[in-house]
Amino acid sequence: MNKVCANAGAAIVGISNDMTLMLGGFGLCGIPENCIAALAKSGVTGLTCISNNAGVDDFGLGLMLQSRQIKKMIASYVGENAEFERQMLSGELEVDLIPQGSLAERCRAGGAGIPAFFTPAGYGTEVAEGKEVREFNGKPHILESALTADFAIVKAWKGDTLGNLVYKGTARNFNPVMAMAGKITIAEVEELVEPGELDPNHIHTPGVFVQRIFQGKSFEKRIEQRTVRSK
Amino acid sequence: MLDRNQIAQRIAQEVQDGWYVNLGIGIPTLIANYVPEDISVEFQSENGILGMGPFPFEGEEDADLINAGKQTITARPGAAIFDSATSFAMIRGQHINLTVLGAMEVAQNGDIANWKIPGKLVKGMGGAMDLVASAENIIVAMMHTNRKGDSKILEQCTLPLTGVGCVKKVVTNMAVLEVLGDGFRLLERAPGVSVEDIRNATAARLVVDGEVPEITF
Repeated sequence: MNKVCANAGAAIVGISNDMTLMLGGFGLCGIPENCIAALAKSGVTGLTCISNNAGVDDFGLGLMLQSRQIKKMIASYVGENAEFERQMLSGELEVDLIPQGSLAERCRAGGAGIPAFFTPAGYGTEVAEGKEVREFNGKPHILESALTADFAIVKAWKGDTLGNLVYKGTARNFNPVMAMAGKITIAEVEELVEPGELDPNHIHTPGVFVQRIFQGKSFEKRIEQRTVRSK
Repeated sequence: MLDRNQIAQRIAQEVQDGWYVNLGIGIPTLIANYVPEDISVEFQSENGILGMGPFPFEGEEDADLINAGKQTITARPGAAIFDSATSFAMIRGQHINLTVLGAMEVAQNGDIANWKIPGKLVKGMGGAMDLVASAENIIVAMMHTNRKGDSKILEQCTLPLTGVGCVKKVVTNMAVLEVLGDGFRLLERAPGVSVEDIRNATAARLVVDGEVPEITF
C-alpha cells in the first residue's frame, strides 16, 4: 500500500463538507500549514475543527475562518484572532471550549479505544454541567468522552514512506494524540525518507496510525511571540 | 507595595530543591528569574517541555521551541520534550510539585476564577482547569485589587470558576496570604503596607495572628 501523496492537494482528497477534522499544533507551532492552505483553497465548508487553538487572522486555522469554512470549533484557547471573535459573537461560529488536558486525553482515548474516562479537571465549573460526576479516592471527577475525527491532520519533522513520524521540539504537542484519533490520518512532514532511515527507537508516532504522508513545501513556521534576551 | 517582579521574587522563595514547577502566563513567568542558583528546579510548560530555559539570544529563536505563552524559549541541558497528553499526565497525575498562576478572583475556600468574564469575550481556559484540579500545591500570583480598586480576595468568587477549593497560598502586591477555608491568614505584608491597608483591600475574612512580619528578600 502506497501512503505517499504528491502534495497537500492530493493528501486532502476525500475531505468533504460537514466533516470533523483534527488539526495538530499549539498556537502556530507544529501546525500542518500546507494542508491548511490546501483546505482553504478547496472550498470545503461546514467543518467541525478540533484543534487546541484557532490560528491568527492571516495564518493557520485563521485562513479557514476568513473563508467561512468552519462551522464549529473545539479548542482550549482561542485568543489572538479578531475574525474568530467576530464570528463567535455574531453566532456564525459555534465554539466548544475544553480544558487543554481533557482535550489531549479525549483525543488519546479516541485513538486508544477508550470511549470515556473520569478526570478531576473542570469539576465544580461550567465545564462539568450535564456530565456524570463520580467520586474516586475521595475526590470528585467528571466523565469526559473520547474524540475521533473523519480526518486527523498532523505535522511532523521527519517521516518515512510507511508513515512513521518524528517530531521536533515543542512542535510535537497535540500531533501524536491526534494522529491516533483520525479515521484517516494525514501527515505532512518537512523531510520524507525511505524506511530504515529513521531509528526505530526514536519513532514518536508508529506508521500504523498514518494513512497518508507527503513532504510539505516552504514551511513558513511563523513565530507568534518572538522573545529574546541580549547577549 | 510590591511590583510584578517583586511578587515573583517572593514566590521564588517558596521553590525547593528538586522541584518540578509549572508557571502560568504573566507574573508567574517572571519567577524563573529569581530561583536561587544553588538549587535545582525544572520548569514545565504544558505545551510539552520539561527543563525550559531562558529566552534565546537574538537570532537563535527556533519556531519549534516555544512555551505555553507561545514565546520562543530554549531547552536546558537535560530537558525532555513530550506530547500534550503526556504533559497533562504529569499535571493530572500530581508529578508537578508546584503550580503558580494568575487569577481574577480567589475565595477563602480556595476557589479560583481566572478564565471568563460574563459578557466579555471568552478566550478559553487553556490548561488552567487541569492544572488547578490536580496540583497539590497551588500559589496564586496577582494584584490584590482589580483596576477599579475592588478586592480580588473574596468570601466567594463571583466569576465563573476555574477550580474549586484548590488554592493554598496567594501572593499579591500587598501581602502573602494562606487559604484557611473560612478565611485568609495574613502571613506577611509588603514593605510599607499596614495590616489596616490590607484589611481595607480584602473582601474576605482576614485572620491576623499577632505581629505580621514584612516581606523580605
